[in-house]
Amino acid sequence: MGFPHTPHERESLVLSKYFGDQDAIGLAGWRKRGGYAALEKALKMEPAEIVNVVKASGLRGRGGAGFPTGMKWSFMKPGDGKPHYLCCNADESEPGTFKDREIMRWTPHALIEGCAIGAYAIGAEVAYVYIRGEYTEPLDKMNAACREAYDAGILGTNAMGTGKTVHVYVHKGAGAYICGEETAMMNSLEGRRGNPRIKPPFPAVAGLFGQPTTINNVETLVAVPHILNNGAEWYAGLGRADNPKSTGTKLFSVCGNIQRPGNYEVTLGFPFKDFLYDLCGGPLPGRTFKAIIPGGISVPIQSREEAENSPMDYEGFVANGTMLGSGGVIVIDDAQNLVKQIARAARFFAHESCAQCTQCREGTAWTTKILERIVAGEGSHEDLDTLLEIAENMTGKTICVLSDSCATPVVSGLQKFRGDFEALIKKTKVHMVPAQVA
Amino acid sequence: MSNGPSSSTKLEMGAIHSSEHAEHAARPYSPIFGAGGKRRAELDELLTRYPTRMAGLLPALWMVQEEHGWVSSEGMSEVAEVLELTPAYVKGVVTFYTMYHQHPVAKHFIQVCTTSPCNVSGAEDVVNALLKETGCGELGVASPDNRFQVIEVECLGACGFVTPLMVNEKFIESVTPETVPALLASLS
Repeated sequence: MGFPHTPHERESLVLSKYFGDQDAIGLAGWRKRGGYAALEKALKMEPAEIVNVVKASGLRGRGGAGFPTGMKWSFMKPGDGKPHYLCCNADESEPGTFKDREIMRWTPHALIEGCAIGAYAIGAEVAYVYIRGEYTEPLDKMNAACREAYDAGILGTNAMGTGKTVHVYVHKGAGAYICGEETAMMNSLEGRRGNPRIKPPFPAVAGLFGQPTTINNVETLVAVPHILNNGAEWYAGLGRADNPKSTGTKLFSVCGNIQRPGNYEVTLGFPFKDFLYDLCGGPLPGRTFKAIIPGGISVPIQSREEAENSPMDYEGFVANGTMLGSGGVIVIDDAQNLVKQIARAARFFAHESCAQCTQCREGTAWTTKILERIVAGEGSHEDLDTLLEIAENMTGKTICVLSDSCATPVVSGLQKFRGDFEALIKKTKVHMVPAQVA
Repeated sequence: MSNGPSSSTKLEMGAIHSSEHAEHAARPYSPIFGAGGKRRAELDELLTRYPTRMAGLLPALWMVQEEHGWVSSEGMSEVAEVLELTPAYVKGVVTFYTMYHQHPVAKHFIQVCTTSPCNVSGAEDVVNALLKETGCGELGVASPDNRFQVIEVECLGACGFVTPLMVNEKFIESVTPETVPALLASLS
């Protein structure tokens, strides 16, 4: 991918081709590399044509849910007389994920182009890019690139001289993981607390400012110009031949106990074993991988065997006990106390719960307390059952999936690494039967 | 979020103590959004991007923090007035987001990521080195010279560059216990 390491020969560089290339950041350099050719082409097409190309490419959402992008765009009804909005989700805060940050740092114009095409395709004149407040450098790069694009007439009321209106505005978040949830993001953009909204209505019906809205992840939108430039067939052809449901390339962020952490771009379906050992260099000297979380901390933990059998695509990970999620690969080796890390993950969710739903507010906090008690050597065997009971009450019962996400590492951890929990429980709790009073 | 966990299960990550900053808090507030105010033109331009004035709330609060270092109740009242909201509503929003300082903070406000990916790579050692080298001793407590304050934060989104931290608005990657002294020395 180019930064901080040189690309591996087995990577497929599409989105990350110019990572690390200072000259690609500014507009002049970006244009030299073919920038804004796709937008120019798009603005001459009918919006429905663009939606059809994206549908045919098989592009799916890269933020975590993997919903087909073209289909999402087709929910936006043209000519309904309402203002439409595009929101670009750049609130990347899923632990283990740092790909959107690199996209915005190195290729901010790629995102502006993707946003502009997306907005035009769904009949929106305005796209907001919601960037988390902690991403100070990506914010600076995106703001500078927007100014350049307005000054060059690429954005504005006469975008690229076509007479069409396309605005792209950067909006800075203020520190809240939950604002990466699409309805919480819309509330935050509107100047509200970032509480997720009950669905329905879905954003395509009543979203930002009550109007039809589409929310797409950064990585999803930057893929669109490549699809328009090279054709849907080219994109659909990237991936494993026996799985047409996962197409294109995907950025994977790799972190934790591994030789070469960083961002890697491979075609979907790439063998995870080769990825971990060949591209990322395998475990640290003298260590072995113990557990792997391939899609950000919200997805189930994989054992090493499960990981080594996985093709890296939406279906491949599901068939091996987890999900692709956001592509944030967290590697944990045999030197780590896995239960401590699960407790730390629970603490993350307890801190980030918006506290609207009781199951989440109480569940995340109690899960954390119990896990930390176990790590401290004060847990009981009953605690393990209690954790599963709490997890059951936290799954599928709340407005958004933050609650489910907290339960996921606990349940998968207990399923696959129960021995680690039991080893920390030093004594078996003795039931005290109250004495009969005569 | 500050109101996340229930009161029965308080999970502190370094509460920010403000008592040592009483003199800072007592300084009179100078408005920035009044007629001819320092940030008024910028806010007015920004409001043209949104169909509602309320959407200008997060950006306006950022401007207050940039000018004053924190978001005081006077700052919230000024924002409320210019955006035609109530101060209570504004406070409700401010308290939801972790990046708005509701108290004055030390000159170098250091936020260290200790979420799982950084945690497995030694982030807690970085926190301990910072607490020792700054003289803060404890999370959330300002150093005796009021130059430093250290808190733990949740995922900063730079998990491949452990350990990342923020010093005020500056994002710094790949900090280790060994590089902490040089990092602190580079801060004026």
